[in-house]
Amino acid sequence: MRASIWLIPVVLFFGLAALLYASLGRDTETLPSALINKPVPAFELPELLDHQTTYTQDIFKGRWSLLNVWGSWCPTCYVEHPYFMQLASQGIDIVGVNYKDNKAKAEKYLMDLGNPYSEIIVDNAGDFALDLGVYGAPETYLVNPDGVILVRHAGELDAQVWAEKFLPLLPNEMDATVVPAAAAPMP
Amino acid sequence: MIVEIGHFAVWLALGLAVLQSFAPLLGTWKQQQSWINLARPLAKVQFLLVSLSLVALGWAFYNNDFSVTYVANHSNSDLPWGYRLSAIWGGHEGSLLLWIWMLAAWGAAVALLSRTVPASMVAKVLAVMGMIAVGFLSFMLFTSNPFARMLPWFPIDGADLNPLLQDPGLVVHPPMLYMGYVGFSVAFAFAVAGLISGRLDPAWARWARPWTTVAWAFLTVGIALGSWWAYYELGWGGWWFWDPVENASFMPWLSGTALLHSLAVTEKRNLFRAWTVLLAILTFSLSLLGTFLVRSGVLTSVHAFANDPARGTFILIFLAVVAGGSLLLFAMRAPLLQNKAGFKLLSRETFLLGNNLLLLTATFVVLMGTLFPLIGDAMDLRISISGPYFNAFFVPLTLMLMAILVPGVLANWKRHRWAALKAPLIWATVGGVITGFLASLWPEPTSFVGTLAMIMVMYVVIGHLYDWYKKATAFRQGIWRGSRRLQRSYYGMILAHCGLALVVAGITMVTHHEIERDVRMVPGDTVSVGGFDFTFEDVKPRKGPNYDAMRGTFLVEKNGRKVTYMYPEKRNYRVAQQVMTQVALRPGLIFDLYVALGEELDMPGAWAVRVYYKPGVRWLWLGALIMAIGGLLAAMDKRYRKPMPIEKQEQVA
Repeated sequence: MRASIWLIPVVLFFGLAALLYASLGRDTETLPSALINKPVPAFELPELLDHQTTYTQDIFKGRWSLLNVWGSWCPTCYVEHPYFMQLASQGIDIVGVNYKDNKAKAEKYLMDLGNPYSEIIVDNAGDFALDLGVYGAPETYLVNPDGVILVRHAGELDAQVWAEKFLPLLPNEMDATVVPAAAAPMP
Repeated sequence: MIVEIGHFAVWLALGLAVLQSFAPLLGTWKQQQSWINLARPLAKVQFLLVSLSLVALGWAFYNNDFSVTYVANHSNSDLPWGYRLSAIWGGHEGSLLLWIWMLAAWGAAVALLSRTVPASMVAKVLAVMGMIAVGFLSFMLFTSNPFARMLPWFPIDGADLNPLLQDPGLVVHPPMLYMGYVGFSVAFAFAVAGLISGRLDPAWARWARPWTTVAWAFLTVGIALGSWWAYYELGWGGWWFWDPVENASFMPWLSGTALLHSLAVTEKRNLFRAWTVLLAILTFSLSLLGTFLVRSGVLTSVHAFANDPARGTFILIFLAVVAGGSLLLFAMRAPLLQNKAGFKLLSRETFLLGNNLLLLTATFVVLMGTLFPLIGDAMDLRISISGPYFNAFFVPLTLMLMAILVPGVLANWKRHRWAALKAPLIWATVGGVITGFLASLWPEPTSFVGTLAMIMVMYVVIGHLYDWYKKATAFRQGIWRGSRRLQRSYYGMILAHCGLALVVAGITMVTHHEIERDVRMVPGDTVSVGGFDFTFEDVKPRKGPNYDAMRGTFLVEKNGRKVTYMYPEKRNYRVAQQVMTQVALRPGLIFDLYVALGEELDMPGAWAVRVYYKPGVRWLWLGALIMAIGGLLAAMDKRYRKPMPIEKQEQVA
């Protein structure tokens, strides 16, 4: 066998190391979404709790809202759920996208943990999420009254992320809605 | 003061580790026996120093010394003392100290127990382990020091340990896992030492094998404990989530399993040598990669540590030095490792090669699934990866692995006659199909894949029983005396393989036959699950040491006769202000009953309740435990303690 063959593992490893190096400091929170400052993609999907109702992208028009991609299969969703309950109780509209889930399990999840969503879009096939560029739940977007996405956050949304990424973009009259942390921050 | 002694001990350990990593190596090169002889005492003293620092940190936790930043962030004066001690590894810095302590412990064990290995080999192995220790000690001291103080203004009380970690399962899970992770550093050190000295023969494999097996056994137990903990502590009844952190421990396990089998071929047949070395490097590199993924913040996970790119950079550079350096050394030496002997297509070697390919495919599948968010980022792809992706690969891979397992055990080394293999294989297959099909009918008929899995389980068990019977009676002394003449490593193998069968049986049972009911209940309501009637009696407040709980009482009856009471809780941890679900479990060998209290619903007194019936779920962890016991038994085989004999082919492996 030629000697160069034995170098394959080294080459493969350094390829992997380069990938890891490029990912260091990778913000798992802000993502360079192609959709920032673009409208929410078009869709026509049913409501989870009432399959007679169908929504389109127009539900984002005329109000500030959060779009939260979740699923009962997603461990981190359980973690961030209490914070969404708090946001909802402060009067913030949260549109849920129930992503690749099973209706019964999703309903049980809401029954167990409470329902913070004003509307829940069912995206079983994952087509809408694909258009959004979702690569895993949870992901949360801030959408302005023109239906344009301003912020994308992948992973758990907590008080710190809310204060740093979402709150500064909200209009003044909503500045008062500083929602306290669910868990006490580390000293 | 005691904390400072611990801190100082770590610095001293770093100094000794530097000495340990070059003096013995230089000694073997310059033929200086006195330098070679330094290796063993250095490893032992290093272990004592790191032990001292671990005790010092434990002392700070025990005495609630909140001037130590790490203690203040991970403990609280209300925390029971047992959890105060386990909080040592409840965060990044302390768990790193635990990791280093285990590395030192493995080093000391090599120094103490490798009496049959030549001193020059031990010197090289310990030097390589010294280098790894230098890397980890400086990582801890320069980026994540658990002994740092918050002076002069320190908090009066601590922020408390994450409630998820306040659990007996979590007290033992990280130590077991790290014992496995770190244990593979010994296999790695042997591989590098073998590459340096150019000595990679059956004797080398025999020295490295018991260490690898023990590390593998610890990792097996560690992973099983993690799964068990997730099952009862996270409160939604699953036992594996394909979370990046779980995958980080599963990858070295898969490649470590491949390494075990490849080492067997190298020891017995002097084959697959380059392959074995490559696997040893890969397995330890995957352990380091796991560390990187968990501690660098490149992936989001429920139980990842605090994100810090500086730490990530350090581990990445370390990984590049360890894996890159050893792979380069491998590339230089591997051309010398051409196999001399050959083997026929129908032989144990072929089946073990198949085993290795399947396990490596599985490792690759997990690696891709775990790194996909990073790759997707780099290529601007948008695909999300979750359970279905992994299951799509793992079900067929496991079934194929089990299919070649039986002929692999039955076949001889070097070559086997098909005629001799045919009869037992047919027997195992026919027996497996009949008993597996019958087993799949209980408690009710299952899908095609479930039936196939049960057939494979029974096929593996019957195949091993047959092989044992054949080998025990081969001495012609009756089965009792014959069975006592078989080696420990043989029984270890049988146990480990049957443990795997039990794990697969458990996964099949729980996946296909579990019953999950999520209901709204008010006191007095009864729900029927899996033939049991659960009556919700009441919910009462209860005060724990550092939490307030609402505790539900459920009467469980079968056919009107009382079985047990179950008490699920909803706990609110006072300091962390975190609500946790404490599941009530009635564990059983055949099935578990599982009750979890959800939220109190809008109507007063009405609660969301989850009632699960989980058949076979214990087999999963029991099977893993049996695998680990098998591994330990194999590592205790007499031949590892004998001074290296002249090569002798053994009939029974």
